[in-house]
Amino acid sequence: MLRKLFIYLITFWVAASVDWLLPRLVPGNPINLLLSKISLQPQTYNATYNLYMKSFGLNRPWWKQYLSFWEALFHWNLGVSIYQFPKPVTSVILDYVPFTLALLIPAILLSYFAGNRVGAMAARRKMLDNTVLPVGYTLTATPYAWLALLLAFLLSVVGRFFPISGGYSFGLIPSFTWTFIWSLVAHWFLPFLTLFLVGFGGWAIGMRNLIIYELESDYAHYMEALGAPTRLVRRYAYRNAILPQITGLALQLGVVVSGAVVTEIVFQYPGIGYLALQAVGNEDYFLLQGIFLFIIIGVLLANFVVDIVYVFVDPRVRVGIAGE
Amino acid sequence: MLRAGYRLGIAAAAVAIIVPLLTTGLATTPATASPPSISSLPRNETVYTSGTAYSAPTNWNPLDTGNYATGTEGLLYETLFNYNPVTNKYTPWLAKSGSWNAAGTSYTINLRPGIQWSDGTSLTSADVAYTINLAKNPVVPYSNLGTYIGSVTTPSATTVVVNFSSKAYTEWQDFLWQDPIVQEAQFSTFPAAQITTDANTSPIGSGPMTLLAANSQEVAYQVNPSWWGTSALGLSFKFKYLVDVVNGSNNVEFGNFLAGNIDLSNNFLAGIASQISSPAATGNLGGTGGFGIETYYSKAPYMLSANTVWLEPNLTKAPMNNLDFRKALAYAINTKAIAKIIYGNIVNPTSPTGLLPNLDPFISKSVVSKYGFSYNQKMAIKYLKLSNYKGQDITIQDPDGWTDWNSATDVIVSQLAAVGIKATAYFPQDAARNTDLDDGTYDLALDNNAGVASSPWTYFDRVFQLPIASVQSAQLNWERDDNPAAWALVQKLGTISPTDTAETDATYGQLEKIFLQTLPEIPLWYNGAWAQYSTQYWLGWPTSKHGGYTPIMWDGWLGNMTTVEGLAGLYPNPAAAS
Repeated sequence: MLRKLFIYLITFWVAASVDWLLPRLVPGNPINLLLSKISLQPQTYNATYNLYMKSFGLNRPWWKQYLSFWEALFHWNLGVSIYQFPKPVTSVILDYVPFTLALLIPAILLSYFAGNRVGAMAARRKMLDNTVLPVGYTLTATPYAWLALLLAFLLSVVGRFFPISGGYSFGLIPSFTWTFIWSLVAHWFLPFLTLFLVGFGGWAIGMRNLIIYELESDYAHYMEALGAPTRLVRRYAYRNAILPQITGLALQLGVVVSGAVVTEIVFQYPGIGYLALQAVGNEDYFLLQGIFLFIIIGVLLANFVVDIVYVFVDPRVRVGIAGE
Repeated sequence: MLRAGYRLGIAAAAVAIIVPLLTTGLATTPATASPPSISSLPRNETVYTSGTAYSAPTNWNPLDTGNYATGTEGLLYETLFNYNPVTNKYTPWLAKSGSWNAAGTSYTINLRPGIQWSDGTSLTSADVAYTINLAKNPVVPYSNLGTYIGSVTTPSATTVVVNFSSKAYTEWQDFLWQDPIVQEAQFSTFPAAQITTDANTSPIGSGPMTLLAANSQEVAYQVNPSWWGTSALGLSFKFKYLVDVVNGSNNVEFGNFLAGNIDLSNNFLAGIASQISSPAATGNLGGTGGFGIETYYSKAPYMLSANTVWLEPNLTKAPMNNLDFRKALAYAINTKAIAKIIYGNIVNPTSPTGLLPNLDPFISKSVVSKYGFSYNQKMAIKYLKLSNYKGQDITIQDPDGWTDWNSATDVIVSQLAAVGIKATAYFPQDAARNTDLDDGTYDLALDNNAGVASSPWTYFDRVFQLPIASVQSAQLNWERDDNPAAWALVQKLGTISPTDTAETDATYGQLEKIFLQTLPEIPLWYNGAWAQYSTQYWLGWPTSKHGGYTPIMWDGWLGNMTTVEGLAGLYPNPAAAS
């Protein structure tokens, strides 16, 4: 358990350091980019430039910037956004996080449950399998961006069923009214569907293959030989097959998060991914750092939760830990 | 047991969907201190604009140029004068009048009486004097004025007298129409070093609107019923709300505009000309095209001109340092073809000086006819032979994603190839391109940083500014032209009284001659003041036939030119009233 925690800490340190370093390796300078939008006479330009460099601490040597990054991090202070100056990074991110969570959590959970159920049903059932297998393979192999574009084209440009972009309609002021909530749901649906469909395909295929493997195992044949009903055999197979799928869920998290980034960009959905693109375009070091820290912490936490869930789900692991 | 677990999973998933969705609504809070009482703006009372903001609106500090939200200058804060680039005239705005004394050492501003801040207090000469004195603070955008200003006195509540320690006509003239007046009572509470960096989320302005709300997608203003302009200028608004929407990608913008979600789009929308002029598109909606689109001119170039696009040579590098080579470039490029092929004629090729059409009175026709150039391949080949060009490959760069420029660059490359110049298009990221230009590590670049001004002074200041630093980060003299004689003329112009037109014209004539003889920049075409109007909900948009106002929400246009007057001309489309 301690070892596991240590691995998490090391991972966090490496990831956060890379997160700090990468934006700074990009050619150019965010302040320069910020001021390139204004025309100022040289003396005013220099005064303004120095003011910004100082207020962002970018005029200090890089190792000092690195140390103060960690120092500030312990106080949960991610600095001030350059692109949405002078808003603090944490409050910028908090504006966008709910949208990303509203996409990710339902998409991951629903695609996981639905995918596993459908996959399990399809295994060894010729009629159903003939549909689930090709559809599943196609979906899981589809790049998020492409599926997103396809859905946007079919369901909002041609079909006009759903709005094509944004988090809610123009001119709405966020509030607890039906108009606003309906607008949120309508704008949420297509990006959600994109993430759901790709995930669904993957889980269905995985489960189908695992069930077939389990149905071939000795215990399944033994139960069949004893005359156990097919339902019971399949139920046991499902319980065994779900274990590798949980591990798969942990592994998939990173992929789904990056998929969400791309999907949000396609639909201009005001989540973390869309914000990240803006931050990159404006070389907003602090905002980028903040976003990736959020993602890193999110993925690590989710992995941790999966690790714990595994302990409860798989008795062998429980026994293993107890025996240590 | 498993079934029960499955049901539990479904329930968990349902909660997982609903809870985050509800919290998204809570997370975005209105910017104003008191939450607005309405939750959605009625479409028939709201004008939607887009094409200006590229980031979430979070800042309403008019001194934080480049960061403040669309509307901060113009809708909330106002300038003493406005400038009309169409007629090349100044409109008195907060000021009723202003004049120099005979010696040109002091300037008297007479304010309009009865102007109120949005908090109900009066805008007085003390606020104006305070704003002018801010020029002494080095981080304020107009601090270049600071060294010229001696003292500022306020003989009455509506009179301000500015005494100059040395002559600065041009810079002062620019201040009068470009820099907004702020409230002393509010701004004096900010520490001097943070006066330009405070977000000013509860702005107190004098303008026609007040801040209603803002979120990551848009900023909403509502009409200020006690605005001075209604009685003083007879301007009133038929809409109640104005919402500026943060720019998305071009295709999304185009879709939103065609769907009528955006009323005024200040985006470059490729192919807009064909949407307006194609016979199939005309017919319904008052003969303005199938989508009810209007533009400033009903025929090409459709748009007003906004700024000059140059081919910017790096004068410290061979062969760009060679005048004959630059002449070869100038003669080799067919800007008419670019305007037609890439822009569908929504832009115009420049005059050889590159000065915008509103500055025509300043252009010396004799200088242009004697030293000007136009597309001529034979001349290009002739000058190329005279130059030091040895067949090396040179790059032309502009920012990745500026699709019109990127395509234009490809055309330029092929036009240069036709006369024997090997060029390659190079499209780095915006920031990387800026760094290349700052450091002087580029060959050729497209650049348009000389925008609309009321005299050619800003243009030549950008071209000839000296001294050249190792990093030219203020974007002046990016081409690194070391021409002390020209720079002396630019400096001299700042000290010539604007009433001395003979001297002013002669000096500009000299600068134009130097410009054409040495070609430090090669002017190509005028980027348009992109403005497309949807007539689905609102009519009365500014056009060449209606008002002649500028239809632009961009920073520097909305607040300083005639956009507000244009907005006051809008009225609801009766067809959309239902």
